[in-house]
Amino acid sequence: MRLPRLRNFLVPLGVAAAVCLLVASAIRMPRVPTVPALPDAASASLARAVERVNAEFDRQWRESGLTPAQVADDLQVLRRLSLALHGTIPSLEEIRRFEQDTAPARLERWTRHLLNDRRFADYFAERLARSFVGAETGQFIVFRRDRFVQWLSEQLQRRTPYDSIVRQMIAEEGLWTGEPATNFITAAVANEEIDENKLAGRSVRAFLGQRIDCAQCHDHPFADWKQEQFAQLAAYFGQVRMSLVGVEDAAGEFTVEDRETLEKRVISPAVPFGADWQGNEGTRRERLARWVTHPENRRFERAIANRVWGLMFGRPYFDPVDDLPDPPTGGESDLLDLLGEDFRNHNYDLRRLIEVIAASRPFRLDSAHSLDDEAQLAQLESQWAVFPLVRLRPEQMIGACLQAASVGTIDRNSHLLVRLIRFFRERDFVEAYGDLGEDELQDHAGTIPQALLRMNGKLVREVIEPNPFSSSGRITGLAGSDEACIEAVFLACLTRRPTETERKHFLAQFGAATPPQRSAIVEDMFWSMFNAPEFAWNH
Amino acid sequence: MSFPFFPSAGITRREVLRLSSMLGLSFVLPALEGRAAEARGKERPKGLILLWLAGGPSQLETWDPHPGTLIGGETQAIRTRIPGLEIADLYPQMAERIHSLNVIRSLVSKEGDHERGTYLLKTGYRPDPTLTHPSLGAILAHELPRAGVEIPRYVALGPASSAGRGGFLGDEYDAFKVHDPARPLENVTPATSRRRQERRLSNLDVLEEAFRRGRRVQLERTLHRDTIDRALTMMTSAQLRAFEVEEEPQAVRDAYGRNAFGTGCLVARRLIETGVRAVEVTLSGWDSHANNFEAHRANAGLLDPAFASLVRDLEERDLLESTMVLCIGEFGRTPKINPLAGRDHWPTGFSCVVGGGGLASGLVLGETDPEGRKTEPGDPVEVKDLYATILHVLGVEHNKHMMTPIGRPMAFSEGRLLERLLGKA
Repeated sequence: MRLPRLRNFLVPLGVAAAVCLLVASAIRMPRVPTVPALPDAASASLARAVERVNAEFDRQWRESGLTPAQVADDLQVLRRLSLALHGTIPSLEEIRRFEQDTAPARLERWTRHLLNDRRFADYFAERLARSFVGAETGQFIVFRRDRFVQWLSEQLQRRTPYDSIVRQMIAEEGLWTGEPATNFITAAVANEEIDENKLAGRSVRAFLGQRIDCAQCHDHPFADWKQEQFAQLAAYFGQVRMSLVGVEDAAGEFTVEDRETLEKRVISPAVPFGADWQGNEGTRRERLARWVTHPENRRFERAIANRVWGLMFGRPYFDPVDDLPDPPTGGESDLLDLLGEDFRNHNYDLRRLIEVIAASRPFRLDSAHSLDDEAQLAQLESQWAVFPLVRLRPEQMIGACLQAASVGTIDRNSHLLVRLIRFFRERDFVEAYGDLGEDELQDHAGTIPQALLRMNGKLVREVIEPNPFSSSGRITGLAGSDEACIEAVFLACLTRRPTETERKHFLAQFGAATPPQRSAIVEDMFWSMFNAPEFAWNH
Repeated sequence: MSFPFFPSAGITRREVLRLSSMLGLSFVLPALEGRAAEARGKERPKGLILLWLAGGPSQLETWDPHPGTLIGGETQAIRTRIPGLEIADLYPQMAERIHSLNVIRSLVSKEGDHERGTYLLKTGYRPDPTLTHPSLGAILAHELPRAGVEIPRYVALGPASSAGRGGFLGDEYDAFKVHDPARPLENVTPATSRRRQERRLSNLDVLEEAFRRGRRVQLERTLHRDTIDRALTMMTSAQLRAFEVEEEPQAVRDAYGRNAFGTGCLVARRLIETGVRAVEVTLSGWDSHANNFEAHRANAGLLDPAFASLVRDLEERDLLESTMVLCIGEFGRTPKINPLAGRDHWPTGFSCVVGGGGLASGLVLGETDPEGRKTEPGDPVEVKDLYATILHVLGVEHNKHMMTPIGRPMAFSEGRLLERLLGKA
């Protein structure tokens, strides 16, 4: 008898305590006052790299006679950075801090600040993992995949050099739980059999940016590949076994069945170029790993430069992301070589690569342009002289909705309750909004189910509801004037201030509104923001 | 999109919608342009209903039983109205209807994995890591546009994990997914009052206007506005009644079966009547690695009444000539019965039922070895050939090439027409 009664008493008390905590955490002033300056050396080295990248674009634009878009507003660039690196938009709290920060090189410092946030490692690991282990969610795959993403996130946090990350993926031995890198291999296990072809195809696509599984229609050297050469590459995975100790390499030959004679033939491992890069020591996989990541293998650094470019812009420099043209020959170099070389010289540090791209001119350009002609715009876009409009991925969309609806930053420091809400809502929403799987860097238009979900879905309805915890409720309650209220909603949702027309439009609604009417107006504003193209498309 | 009711007033469709919804006049909107909804027989634009048996149904427990053999198991056969054709006795109602359709008993594929098999059987292509092919339904929605249809032209009813994709045709051709056809449609009701919905939409106009500055071309390409308009049209459309299965007489609902699949089949018929091009209804639970016979008995209890009612309904309403029905899964199951009384994956010599939409009827194609020794069936039929035939009969140029995002032209189907199904051989 006593126990249930005690519970009846304690549960509401607990909820009340949680609510108090939440309110307290939301109302308190920004925690960290400043974002530190970059060390001089780092700053100068970054500036030099960016200078080279910009010179390359300036040259291209001059040669094509293009006038690039204006430089975008800093806040818009901050929004892009947040979406690319954290999968969400900046919180009102972050925006206020950003605006108070008037020291030089603000965007460069904030890029580093975002990179040092744990949210970067978690989010970027998830994005990169798609190319390494796919986006499938079969019941067994899901645990291994989670373990893999967790491992990758740890590597990003520790700044493990990318070449070392890749070598571990290709060559690691052990249990999928203890050595999570092995899940690169286990992701290609079907019916307890290792699919060597899948591994060969995926390695070359993910790490070297070449599709060797599609030789029909391209004319780069890979297209001249015979089935034989593909098999020779697959043979590097031919000794992998799954046993009680997990993924391991055993003796044995890799055989294929001849389609004509149905006889089995032994295939020896061989690479299509740069045979001496692989060395002689170690397992077949170790040799392959050395070959893939060899400093002279330009395709390796070019592939990751193209992919990271794609994750930053939503579009890869060369599309499709995993089918690059051959590296230029005869001493020529292109943008990917520039980025790749800098990346290699900085110990394959992914954060460095991101910093260079984030500070480059194309990333800083506006998505608006005075040209209004379809063909001309297509040319501008193809040469990165205007920032592309790219549909938010589902988790970016939900991240943005939830963040806009909460004044404080939702991160690992957030209250457990807020994070739990985000976690559960996110899964359902991503399901309904439609995941793009591995094709995520291709062009996608909006769909009707997405529009219905944004307009009428439960998630949006719940997060815009005015209550003491949502920004809708707090902005209504706390903003001093109508003008301040409108501005706060714009900043929280669109990371910008209203235009004059917008300000007038919304001010007119406030008029002599009663308090309940005011909260309805603000709630409607949030709804409209979430359904605006400016919200649903990265710009 | 033109709007025939208001040809010269210079107001947009959206304004009309807004106005009519404001005034509670959504009934003034035309249900269907022209008389497409009423057209019957051969005159009617064509559509497809796919009954998707997810997991891989056993041919031996459906359309190709071999009772009294080592492989036949406990399943018995019954006669049908096609002379000489016997099907599993789990399908007494279909035995009376199957003569309006055809049976293929010799489908062959090389995909024995669920995911890969599903891909092949949805698209007619084997999985290709470099691009995604559109499913049959997406191709129909793309190639056979239909004016006046205000709800999505391609709908998937039931568990959505295998719902067809638009692939390289674009996400806008993905099937519109309805997880539980027996429940009201989700997300089609505005979350607020009309007056406030109006305010929200007017805000949206102002926001969009600001964003359009310098981005007109880019913005148009996103289809953002277009999708919102189409979603709003759908929300106020009288055609949504197609989903309201409560309108059907009790007896009809009972005949289809009061379960998600039966209801789905009934909704499918209503959608097709409304002008939807392609509907998928999924029945899962066929992956009988253990207790094969129990699983198939249970599923037949759902499939038989729903399928037979659907065929009867389509015939009685003179819709069968314009509506193809295809009942198929990702592969069949092994002739050999495993120690758990189950059957495993079997991608050669599996069965499907297909008919209507202008195909011949009453045919049986191919045969399998009653002893289960021969892997290859007699008179094998490739999936791609079946799909080329389906597209062709439904009025799609099956070998038309589309440019894909990777710059490689791709035909809707690489198959060849099965002349016999066309009634020509």
